Amino acid sequence: MSSLVTKVRLKQIEQLIEKGKRLDDRGLLDTREIKIEQGVIEKAEGSARVFLGKTQVLVGVKVETGEPFPDTPNEGVLTVNAELVPVASPNFEPGPPDENSIELARVVDRGIRESKCIDNEKLCIEPGKKVFVVFVDVYVLNHDGNLIDAAALAAMAALMNTKMPNFEIKDGELKIKQGYTPLPVKGHPITVTTGKISGHLISDPTAEEEQVMDSRITFATKEDGKICAIQKGGSGYFSPQQILEASKIALDKAVELRKKLDW
Amino acid sequence: MNEKQEKLIDKKGIRLDGRKADELRPVKLQVGVLGNADGSAYIEHGKNKILAAAFGPREVHPKHLMQADRMVLKVRYHMAPFSVQERKSPAPSRREVELSKVIKESLEPALFLELYPRTGVDVFIEVLQADGGTRCAAITAAALAIADAGVPMRDLVVGCAAGKVDDTVVLDLYDAEDKLGAADVPVAYMPSLNAITLLQMDGILDPEEFEKAVNMAMEGCKKIYDMQKEALKTKYMVVKEVEE
Repeated sequence: MSSLVTKVRLKQIEQLIEKGKRLDDRGLLDTREIKIEQGVIEKAEGSARVFLGKTQVLVGVKVETGEPFPDTPNEGVLTVNAELVPVASPNFEPGPPDENSIELARVVDRGIRESKCIDNEKLCIEPGKKVFVVFVDVYVLNHDGNLIDAAALAAMAALMNTKMPNFEIKDGELKIKQGYTPLPVKGHPITVTTGKISGHLISDPTAEEEQVMDSRITFATKEDGKICAIQKGGSGYFSPQQILEASKIALDKAVELRKKLDW
Repeated sequence: MNEKQEKLIDKKGIRLDGRKADELRPVKLQVGVLGNADGSAYIEHGKNKILAAAFGPREVHPKHLMQADRMVLKVRYHMAPFSVQERKSPAPSRREVELSKVIKESLEPALFLELYPRTGVDVFIEVLQADGGTRCAAITAAALAIADAGVPMRDLVVGCAAGKVDDTVVLDLYDAEDKLGAADVPVAYMPSLNAITLLQMDGILDPEEFEKAVNMAMEGCKKIYDMQKEALKTKYMVVKEVEE
């Protein structure tokens, strides 16, 4: 990894952060510009593309029918998968998902699932037999850091844009009817990651900054200010005070972003 | 989901398995339980039964993973097919891949990676029986296995979870509480350095409850930390006596 960015540049990032500055002139807790486009893939039931600075993530949602899990016979199924496709970074290689893409998918999944923002019971077609299965596929198109936040945002935007086929049950047979209904989305969890470089907390790290970052902590929060998912990553640690600080940053950032996006 | 109506804590504040809110399950630790590993440990944390083995510092395999400027720690968390109610396929699940990663990242801060370039330490964790909180118990055992292998450490790492069951913040959730409770917050902690090395959460907590859960988990970690040190002494004090 460090062959791409010279050690000098990494040192520079560290030194700047110690002075409260960053390479791109942002303050330590500033987020890069966010742009969201919805409905960019017509053949998907839902889709969205998020730009977070130079990071670009596309999420496509496909809705199919399938069997429910035995322990939740009345609920639809949500599955999140993430692909770090080779177009996104010289460091990504083709092949089955590695631990990074699995972690990314599972953290995005956790934020959506634990916030209960999708009314899963409305995805049930026939209890115990047939339900809608919602496939959320995260495609990282350009990696410039903070993939978790960008992917979570894109997944949420894509779900809000998702339509389910209309159906009826006739003589025990499932019939797909004309038209669509929107996926029952009740809430909008927002995921905010805070990184730690030389003991300082920073928001929305770039890919370069991630190379010098000790560790990161991600909080997904709901409209009511409650926390619904957390993930610490990276090979460093946080003091208990820093954890609380990061949770406050995440809550504040989420309020700000909700206002901006009207979510 | 009608089980959810059932109360997990009674009016006196006692949990279904008889514990109080801030009470740990019984923990038993043993160091040096395997012959071929450089270091090993076994933990029984409630009904969790977990083995951890450490190998190294040794050559890195496969070779391309070797780092010229530091040691590479590899961790595999794996559940035995018979460790849970319904047989688990022995192939690594996505959950196990994620847990392997977060456990590795919880142990790395304890190691002097930069002092052992071109080497690797491999930690293998086998969950023989699972009853909620396996990642935490696995971390407790893995740290002991690394210490037993003689790899210098800044501190031992201890894992312990807290969470929310019914409306109460409780320590160290077991399987039923984990599944039916409102939230689970696994924490790994280096007590002497006051450093949190793993933190995850699923479920819903408000910020006050979250703070309380993290503090409670750290207190639980401190108690297990004493047992960890005791377990190491138990092995190495015996050796000393024999030498004399």
